[in-house]
Amino acid sequence: MNDDNRPQIVVHALGKTFTLHNQGGMSVPVFSGVELEVLPGECVVLSGVSGVGKSTMLRSIYGNYVPSHGSVEVWHDHAYLDITTASPHVTLDVRRRTMGYVSQFLRVIPRISTLHLVMEPLLENGVDADDARARAENVLERLHLPRALWQLPPATFSGGEQQRVNIARVMVRDYPIVLLDEPTASLDADNRSVVVDLMKTALARGTAMVGIFHDEGVRGAVATRLFDVARFKAAA
Amino acid sequence: MNMQTKVRSETPLLQVQGLTKNYGLITGCRDVSFELRSGEILGIVGESGSGKTTLLRCISGGLEPSAGAVWFDTRRHGMVDVFSLSEQDRRRIQREEWGFVHQNPRDGLRMRVSGGANVAEPLMMTGARNYGAMRELTKQWFDRVELDTGRIDNKPRQFSGGMQQRLQIARNLIHNPSLIFMDEPTGGLDVSVQARLLDLMRELVRSLGLAAIIVTHDIAVARLLADRLLVMKDGRVVEHGLTDQVLDDPQHAYTQLLVSSVLQI
Amino acid sequence: MSATNNPSASAYNYAYLDEQTKRMIRRAILKAVAIPGYQVPFGSREMPVPYGWGTGGIQLTAAIIGPDDVYKCIDQGADDTTNAVSIRRFFARVANVRTTEQTGEATIIQTRHRIPEARLSEGQIMVYQVPMPEPLRHLEARETETRAMHAYEEYGLHYLSLYESVSAYGRIAGGADYAVLVDERYLMSPSPIPKFDNPKLHQSEALHLFGAGREKRIYAVPPHTDVRSLDFEDYPFELQSWEEVCALCAATDSYQDEVILDDAGTRMFVCSDSAYCAERRAAGHAGPMAGHDLDHEPGHEAEGAAA
Repeated sequence: MNDDNRPQIVVHALGKTFTLHNQGGMSVPVFSGVELEVLPGECVVLSGVSGVGKSTMLRSIYGNYVPSHGSVEVWHDHAYLDITTASPHVTLDVRRRTMGYVSQFLRVIPRISTLHLVMEPLLENGVDADDARARAENVLERLHLPRALWQLPPATFSGGEQQRVNIARVMVRDYPIVLLDEPTASLDADNRSVVVDLMKTALARGTAMVGIFHDEGVRGAVATRLFDVARFKAAA
Repeated sequence: MNMQTKVRSETPLLQVQGLTKNYGLITGCRDVSFELRSGEILGIVGESGSGKTTLLRCISGGLEPSAGAVWFDTRRHGMVDVFSLSEQDRRRIQREEWGFVHQNPRDGLRMRVSGGANVAEPLMMTGARNYGAMRELTKQWFDRVELDTGRIDNKPRQFSGGMQQRLQIARNLIHNPSLIFMDEPTGGLDVSVQARLLDLMRELVRSLGLAAIIVTHDIAVARLLADRLLVMKDGRVVEHGLTDQVLDDPQHAYTQLLVSSVLQI
Repeated sequence: MSATNNPSASAYNYAYLDEQTKRMIRRAILKAVAIPGYQVPFGSREMPVPYGWGTGGIQLTAAIIGPDDVYKCIDQGADDTTNAVSIRRFFARVANVRTTEQTGEATIIQTRHRIPEARLSEGQIMVYQVPMPEPLRHLEARETETRAMHAYEEYGLHYLSLYESVSAYGRIAGGADYAVLVDERYLMSPSPIPKFDNPKLHQSEALHLFGAGREKRIYAVPPHTDVRSLDFEDYPFELQSWEEVCALCAATDSYQDEVILDDAGTRMFVCSDSAYCAERRAAGHAGPMAGHDLDHEPGHEAEGAAA
């Protein structure tokens, strides 16, 4: 199997149960025994009702949540790397170079301009500042984010504007793997279709994607297949 | 400004192994181990009495541990056990390769000499002998920490608390250290001043490719600045991992308590 | 034979100090010579003058002087000021030594705040009276800290004071007690000699001993030792200079004192080193106010012309 065809993400026997120590050790099981492989160019859409663990699973793949058992292997530097056991600096490296994450909420850092936020992933990977700026401006324009906002920090932006900054930060760069958590929730139809275009371009390039999409139209446009998390619901 | 993350070396810059410090029968910190690489920012969080300050003092060479070792990759001699060195050599490392930002700027500045002299001192301590060149570099650093260069000859007490902290930061970066320690760097400052200062620190640390260890009891500061967190309670590390993981999915009871206690605005 | 020729018959031991004290001081001197510029603590004694009046220098001299020595004592360069005269007479009595005003003849030269103009030679010993031996004291009050700085060779604090001087005055101000680095290792106060005299310490043929009685420290610069006045590359160490020559002997290369002659502010500049000036005059040199007798009240005509 050559690089072009091997799965970019291999999830094996993944399970997550939250233990709330300060509520008497209460246990909140979410899912168990999840098996998933994502190939280049695939967009796997996590489906299921609210609360079934879609976001939990996405975060577990990213290393933001700690699984209770199982493994999450990503293809990084010509080898599989298990995120669940990797050292922190290795995980940070994976996030920097291989795996992008469009989160639902934008964590706001005071005083960093929108443009600079979008340039950061490029600068961190050694892209020349002028080049980075051009590419950042390009993607912000495509997302119809008004030029007047580019020099401002996104703290005071509307939900939809912040959402687009989130998307721009990831789409500005060619990540081999992209995870998306409700990227179009606050967007109007026009902007939704821009995001769909961006995603399709990336998929055509061979990006492996896992996403959660509330909107049926977007889902229909990008999904290669659906993955029902409810199938793996953990016993209480 | 060059934001490219500096090339990661294969070996850690700092390696702490089984660090323990006892004060008689009282445990300061116990059996702490971790690694730090260039470009990483490690946050150490915990309440007062958790041992985080003791830990910081040990790893920055100021307090001899009761057990364990601190290994640092020096420019001159490669990886050395910091406490196996003579006092003179250890002080030289502190002077040439490290920086230490104190919570109270008065502990980290000479209050009776000018701000410019404070910032230039590390240069003089590392052999600089050209006044004009030092002054020029000092002015550049004043700019970088957003202080008015016209005030370069003012004494520290003529600056506000937030500005004194900027002086301290400039003084600790001007000599190009590879590792910087910060002890509650924004404690005691009001919120807006704190925000600007954190911003500045984040920018500087990233653009210079420094490694940094920041002790704080403020989770928001840790979230903003640190890539990784160590959570301490009663002298021990109860949890460690990537900042976003520790704060979004805390595993240990104490961490869960800490995170749930943070006020959300 | 007078009573002072026979120490056991006089009320004092030879050179005033008891032999055990001399031994203790000599040990301190040996250590000081072995570590150039390093301040050695010693058991400073109560002397016939109070602390602050040269007891450090007096104790050094007392520890090393012998009947074959020739002793010179100067204060601010002059042999004839009150304190120089007192101390010289003291040693003449308790050590029964020949005294002199000629620098070239002396084997031990005790000084307050000047080094003679005449070049010192091998075998001569300069003994300095030091008020404050610690060059960093004015910046760092804690003895624990200054000791650590010397031990760790951390002299950034001194350079800080040079920096502050340049930023405040545009130059390294400070005319006396200008700190030096000895043998490229220890920072030393050369005592309040004018910086004009600093170069005389460098690679000198003579032995230089420094004594601080009140602070209880002895330090030394052995012969042929490097002594460097600290400065910046772009603000180098500069000697004081005068536009005038010595009014009495026309010397151009000596440290000059300014003497006010009358209420109108008339002034003259004369060599601070009185012996040097006298020797030049005896050799026939004459300055613009040659023959002026400094002992007379201002306004009186000088009597006689220069020889």
